[in-house]
Amino acid sequence: MSSPIDLVVQTISEKINPIDVKVINNQIEIIIESRQIITTFQFLKDSSKCQFRQLTDIAGVDYPDRENRFEVVYHLLSFKNNLRARVKVYIDEGSSIDSLTSVFPCANWFEREAFDMYGIQFNDHPDLRRILTDYGFEGYPLRKDFPLSGNVEVRYNEIEKKIVYEPVKLQQDYRHFDIQSPWEGTKYKEEEQDRNGGK
Amino acid sequence: MAESKTVTVNFGPVHPAAHGVLRLILDLDGEVVERADPHIGLLHRGTEKLIETKTYLQAIPYFDRLDYVAPMNQEHAFALAIEKLMKVDVPKRGQYIRVLFSEIGRLLSHLLNVTTTAMDVGAMTPITWGFDEREKLLDFYEEVSGSRFHANYFRAGGVHQDLPEGLLEKINDFCISFPKVVDDMETLLTENRIFKQRNVDIGKISKEEAVDNGFSGFVLRASGVPWDLRRSQPYDSYEDFDFKVPIGKNGDCYDRYLCQMDEMRESVKIMTQCINNMPSGEVINRDTKIAPPKRAEMKESMEAIIHHFKFFTEGFHVPEGEIYSAVEAPKGEFGVYLISDNTSRPYRCKIRAPGFAHLQAFNLLSKGHLLADVPAILGSLAIVFGEVDR
Repeated sequence: MSSPIDLVVQTISEKINPIDVKVINNQIEIIIESRQIITTFQFLKDSSKCQFRQLTDIAGVDYPDRENRFEVVYHLLSFKNNLRARVKVYIDEGSSIDSLTSVFPCANWFEREAFDMYGIQFNDHPDLRRILTDYGFEGYPLRKDFPLSGNVEVRYNEIEKKIVYEPVKLQQDYRHFDIQSPWEGTKYKEEEQDRNGGK
Repeated sequence: MAESKTVTVNFGPVHPAAHGVLRLILDLDGEVVERADPHIGLLHRGTEKLIETKTYLQAIPYFDRLDYVAPMNQEHAFALAIEKLMKVDVPKRGQYIRVLFSEIGRLLSHLLNVTTTAMDVGAMTPITWGFDEREKLLDFYEEVSGSRFHANYFRAGGVHQDLPEGLLEKINDFCISFPKVVDDMETLLTENRIFKQRNVDIGKISKEEAVDNGFSGFVLRASGVPWDLRRSQPYDSYEDFDFKVPIGKNGDCYDRYLCQMDEMRESVKIMTQCINNMPSGEVINRDTKIAPPKRAEMKESMEAIIHHFKFFTEGFHVPEGEIYSAVEAPKGEFGVYLISDNTSRPYRCKIRAPGFAHLQAFNLLSKGHLLADVPAILGSLAIVFGEVDR
């Protein structure tokens, strides 16, 4: 228990009462509950042992099968200890999470992006608008149930002399090759066999 | 009707000084910027979503199209992330080649950025000289990968193929002649009265603010924070090289310019060391199944043919896990947060682009400055929309 990473892990597990702390690939992974988010980040930023001064990024992740569907992953960097940490919070589709903009100003756009891509709501965010998608866009594109081709396509209508949005019409379906096991038979083959009673 | 003091101006999305498709809503009080609201996303192509549907091998070309000014540096971050998840080593020669081409990428980016910014503030000559040098560098790209920009050259475990014969000598010739060009450019710009009037004390940001706003790379260093991932968290063989990390003092546009100029000199030093100490051997790890078999092997071995077929259809599997891996790209910390679910496709690949964080602070940087300073600030941040919008 002497290297900086161990000291930081020890401090974290003593002070902020996380659900779990572990070290993977020399990066600290902390899982916390969504209600303790502000206090946790304030501590991680200010405590003399941790000094995670910079919020590098916020990533949303979608696991449709889980009870708490979304994972919000905050990446932190400590210049002093030369360490990286990621803090994870699990939330479900309807609930919201406190915005970090009061602790880290740069959380502003990162949270807007997570909102834009996953529809994760952040409380007390100063300006929670869409950021990357088109004006008037509907849906949350990075969710696993959002189609790759999107729902609308854009073209210039020569008759109406304006840009029009129409439902996507593909001449050919997007071909998602089932390449996981060409030898054992692909998934649709297996399903076909199941339907035919194992033949 | 109450008269509003401010005038709202649309800067972009197709303004040459916006360096891409940036729509900037500016609230102006006379000529002074009261508020700047960047609207981004006009170049959003859904890279992260597309990567989720592609195998790891097929995902690499998408990284070229992020920061298209320095393509290989992006590939580097992705390759490192896969290697860390799979716990694969890279042969020394592969590492050195990657370092060499990462530094070429740095030169490409800084040359473009410094010279176009200089043009935005009125200096016409540097861009002609800078693009001349860029052309030479892009020839090196073409020689190794067959393509001037979208190289698709770095792979998990090394690089796609070995350097062609005679390339190292050509790069060495370049390294000898290039510092003269940097010197010449500096005689035009560094002490130029107009250039200094347009840059000194413009877009100033303090150390603390720079850290709080998620800055990285030369923009952070120009504010006086000695932080370079090549030095503090060396990846590949950066610990073997002797180079300095230029640090600024004031954090204004002028310091950011100076940092970029000095970084170019340091990059040339690294490239020279790379060429002089280039190890021999393989360029990609062939022990594990992340590289395709050699053509000659496939003529004789059935297993090699099977491997080849599986490699290009199914792709290699990456064990379950997640990793954040970052490189010091020319514009700052470029990170890839990769989640794998033990298939041959990434479950999630979050891309952390340095320009995104830099542009976010644009309101802070430009507040109280004149409208004419907006292009200078924008240029000094090295914004490229490929990576900001993803």
